[in-house]
Amino acid sequence: MTELAQTRDDWIARISSAADPAALEELRVAALGKKGEISLMMRELGRMSPEERQTKGRALNELRDEIDAALRAKKAGLDDAALDARMESEWLDVTLPGRPRPQGTVHPVSQVMDEVAVIFADMGFAVAEGPQVESDWFNFDALNIAPEHPARQEHDTFFMARETGDNRPPHVLRTHTSPVQIRAMQEQGAPIRVIAPGRVYRMDMDQTHTPMFHQVEGLAIDRDISMAQLKWTLEEFCRAFFEVDEVELRFRASHFPFTEPSAEVDIRCSWAGGALKIGEGDSWLEILGSGMVHPKVLAAAGVDPDQWQGFAFGMGIDRIAMLKYGIPDLRAFFESDLRWLRHYGFAAGDVPSVSAGLSRG
Amino acid sequence: MKFTVSWLREHLETDASVGEIADALTDLGLEVEDVTDPAARLGSFTLAKVIDAQQHPDADRLRVCRVMTDEGEKQIVCGAPNARAGITVVLAKPGDYVPGIDATLSVGKIRGVESHGMMASEREMELSDEHDGIIELPSGEVGERFVDWLAANEPGKVDPMIHIKITPNRPDALGVRGIARDLAARGIGTLRPLQTADIKGTFASPIGVSIAPELSEKAPVFAGRLIRGVKNGPSPAWLAARLRAIGLRPISVLVDITNLFTFDLNRPLHVFDAAKVQGDLLVRPAQSGEQIEALDERTYTLPEGAMVIADENGPQSIAGIMGGAASGVDEGTTDVFLESAYWQPITIAATGREMKINSDARYRFERGVDPEFTIPGLELATQMILDLCGGTPSEMVVAGAVPDAARSYRLDPAQVVRLVGMDIPEVEQRATLGALGFRLEGDQAHVPSWRPDILGSADLVEEIARVASLTKLEGKPLPRPRPGVPRPIVSPMQRRESAARRMAAQLGYNECVTYSFIDAGVAALFGGGSDAVRLENPISSEMTHLRPDLLPGLLAAAARNQARGFADLALFECGPVFHGGEPGEQALRISGLLVGHSAARDPYGSRRAVDLYDAKADAEAVLAAIGAPARAQIDRKLDAWWHPGRAGNLQLGPNRLATFGELHPKILREMDIKGTAVAFTINIANVPQPKSRSIARPALNVSDLQAVERDFAFVVDSKIEAAAIVNAAAGADKTLIEKVSVFDLFTGERAEAQLGAGKKSVAISARLQPRDRTLTDADIDEVSRKIIDKVAKATGATLRG
Repeated sequence: MTELAQTRDDWIARISSAADPAALEELRVAALGKKGEISLMMRELGRMSPEERQTKGRALNELRDEIDAALRAKKAGLDDAALDARMESEWLDVTLPGRPRPQGTVHPVSQVMDEVAVIFADMGFAVAEGPQVESDWFNFDALNIAPEHPARQEHDTFFMARETGDNRPPHVLRTHTSPVQIRAMQEQGAPIRVIAPGRVYRMDMDQTHTPMFHQVEGLAIDRDISMAQLKWTLEEFCRAFFEVDEVELRFRASHFPFTEPSAEVDIRCSWAGGALKIGEGDSWLEILGSGMVHPKVLAAAGVDPDQWQGFAFGMGIDRIAMLKYGIPDLRAFFESDLRWLRHYGFAAGDVPSVSAGLSRG
Repeated sequence: MKFTVSWLREHLETDASVGEIADALTDLGLEVEDVTDPAARLGSFTLAKVIDAQQHPDADRLRVCRVMTDEGEKQIVCGAPNARAGITVVLAKPGDYVPGIDATLSVGKIRGVESHGMMASEREMELSDEHDGIIELPSGEVGERFVDWLAANEPGKVDPMIHIKITPNRPDALGVRGIARDLAARGIGTLRPLQTADIKGTFASPIGVSIAPELSEKAPVFAGRLIRGVKNGPSPAWLAARLRAIGLRPISVLVDITNLFTFDLNRPLHVFDAAKVQGDLLVRPAQSGEQIEALDERTYTLPEGAMVIADENGPQSIAGIMGGAASGVDEGTTDVFLESAYWQPITIAATGREMKINSDARYRFERGVDPEFTIPGLELATQMILDLCGGTPSEMVVAGAVPDAARSYRLDPAQVVRLVGMDIPEVEQRATLGALGFRLEGDQAHVPSWRPDILGSADLVEEIARVASLTKLEGKPLPRPRPGVPRPIVSPMQRRESAARRMAAQLGYNECVTYSFIDAGVAALFGGGSDAVRLENPISSEMTHLRPDLLPGLLAAAARNQARGFADLALFECGPVFHGGEPGEQALRISGLLVGHSAARDPYGSRRAVDLYDAKADAEAVLAAIGAPARAQIDRKLDAWWHPGRAGNLQLGPNRLATFGELHPKILREMDIKGTAVAFTINIANVPQPKSRSIARPALNVSDLQAVERDFAFVVDSKIEAAAIVNAAAGADKTLIEKVSVFDLFTGERAEAQLGAGKKSVAISARLQPRDRTLTDADIDEVSRKIIDKVAKATGATLRG
């Protein structure tokens, strides 16, 4: 073995047994540093003959490169080991909970109003609004409910107090969203298609009634809109809203002063096992009232009943929310029990749309 | 309105089943609420015979019977005193459901003796309240179905009862005959002709009748006659059963006849005991303070506007509503005065409402009875009294005249088809109207006198449509108003409402919907509670005034949740508040309320008490979501329910966008809230609409030159607001200074010890963004000096050493 080969083997052995980066650095300085063994050997080359220099020089260069590579490789290995050791020491308990983020909810009434608006928007209905304190003219007279008509008493109306000396008929808290029909027609005339969701009030409080609840009114007036189209519109709505492929509606003759003919609308459902299923079964569930707008109502709203005709309907928002989402008790809607809000509420990002679907279910 | 099927068949000849009748009624608009069919619940019971009855070995009151049934001889233990050999009984077998005890039988052991069924009492069969013994039938064979035996021998007991809901427009259907007429028009059988009676009086009525002239409109016709020598007493069984079947208590035959006419023909009547009437009967307005004891044994003070039927002693009857006790008939009545009258519906409704009397007569008169049937009804009822009570009739006395309600409307068959969207042939349309009692004369339909609700051509359409059956209506597509992708239909305000709501939920608030009315005291705490927003007829003393603000509802909700053990709450509501009682005096707001801590306890120390800066951040986030401009001013002209030192208004000049901060401890105490609470309220409509809505964004303008940040710590008086420092610093060089932010605050006792009494330190960072060349140290020093000078000048600050 040549002297050079012996040197090489020594260095390679020392490098491979270096215990830590500091020892390795010491070796690097001792071998390749300014005064390192290899550096000093290379300095000797200057004093050699050109022939000697050529052979010895190449060998020395190769030796230097080999040692340098060994140092680097060893360095990388030591670094990896150190990183592994650090990783090991940095162990954390990943079963601990994540940092808290508040979870807000949207009330079912708001969510269902959004769902209803999305469906009717697709059928060309705009959203109209009206005041909740109404004059008795808008709430009753314009809707063909005469002052002494028994229907007027059956509305269980809340009246606003009147100051003594103010002899106008008292204003009312609107008992239905129907006055918005009148306001919308007065503002826009015909043709018109609107829905009007909102709070309504009746003096009734028991197991199934609350003195405030929510309705959505629908109105479509044009030259030749018929009751058959009302039925189709409601069928389409129910199919989309309840998210079932088949729905069957039953129109039942009824009476509302502001529509003629009038129909109450039932939806086919089953109660098998105590759970409501829409679209199947042998039961019928009343979901809304509807009809063709009475000529007197059109006239009261400034629309010529000889030129225009159309339909109107009114539906309980809370009620269809209960049916769709299986919420048992109306009164709980307005009690703001946190447990209820979290259980029946919707995430902020659950914005209903026709293309993406209404609910995540 | 209740009636039995056998009663209906008195007017309608039909083979239709109860189910078919009920379905047709609902479809016609006479919605069936309930059908009680006794046969349905008695179907499984059969007749049996007791062969032998022996004393139970271990019980004095029980007998062990051998009973012959359709399945052979069975042993049955029975406790009835009349259980004995030879009687025919009604048998319930193991597996049968017994309605009266709400239980399904099984084979059982009674005091050690097996019993294979039971022999039923009337109460157990829900036929009556009779429970003194088991049913003993006078006839019947072993194995015969009990319902079949009842149908053959006591049909009244298996007569199905139908309960329907009558809409206010259909007074004619408040009589069984009116219901029969609707069914006949639908094709469920044929309407039988109504009998008539023509009574020949044999003497002049000793009681005369008249109507005060001022009541000629409200009381158009009042008729009557005396029947002398009647015998009053219990009604015959058929009449008593008929009334009982619909839940009425039989009283005496005279009274029962009036009730029968009320429900059968929608013709309320009244009977006076002629012996108790002094002089003639006069229909007149009640005089002020007059009282009457009515047939319900209550004494009423008659209101002004009420009509009474009075004799010389005073009011004897509240016209159209309820008779008086003093002149009522009883067992001893021998001479009866029978009244049939027509009253203006509005007047009856007003008086009935004011006196709070609900009677079958009021219910009918206020909806409208058939005026033309006033006299024929009197004649028919007279005939029935003569038939059931005997006696001799006087001549009829009549005051006033039957009002003329004759009218006709044009039938346009094409319009019917166009409105309903159903192809109903003209001939069918005319037939329907005819069957309902309309008289057609060309295209004019003359309205029958019993249909006060028919007031125009549209009503004819409804009649034709409901008889044709809306159930058969086929849906037809409603085309979109214009082809293509629907245009957006939501108004800017509606978009805002939705954006605000979704942002609040995203920020962690739970949406509440609380009542629009709150109690007066709480309303007053929030600047409301005036008479302008008071309800005349609140449903409870806690719901008397329209809410002036959303926070009372949220605070009450928070208090309820705290009482249930939820201490940390984030609640919001988006809805109307009311500043007055006129239509439109409402505004849309959103309020958020934070109570307690920001989070539950966790290992990372996330939990901290909520404070005003949470409320402020949330208010700003919601404002940003609804497009409010970023730069609003803050003022402290606070409403009284906010903490005066820890809340602020976000203003655009005089226009208040929002308020945020801590709520006043006094309010929290009043509302029973434990701990502190912070909140925000945003006036959604006060956020200005953007002047022009440009969809494209402005070009992005960024500099390639590196920005420089410089920090400054100032010492100022402790009530100097950070905004004053930030604004002064930002104003030092508006082109170079891109942003100034507060990054540290040193305040409180330790700060004062170090900085001097009444002092605090505020540290800001200014970001300098060069636009055309890199900044030199000299440039930076220059800007820094300007910042220090400006802040010192504006706030009296010194640079912290």
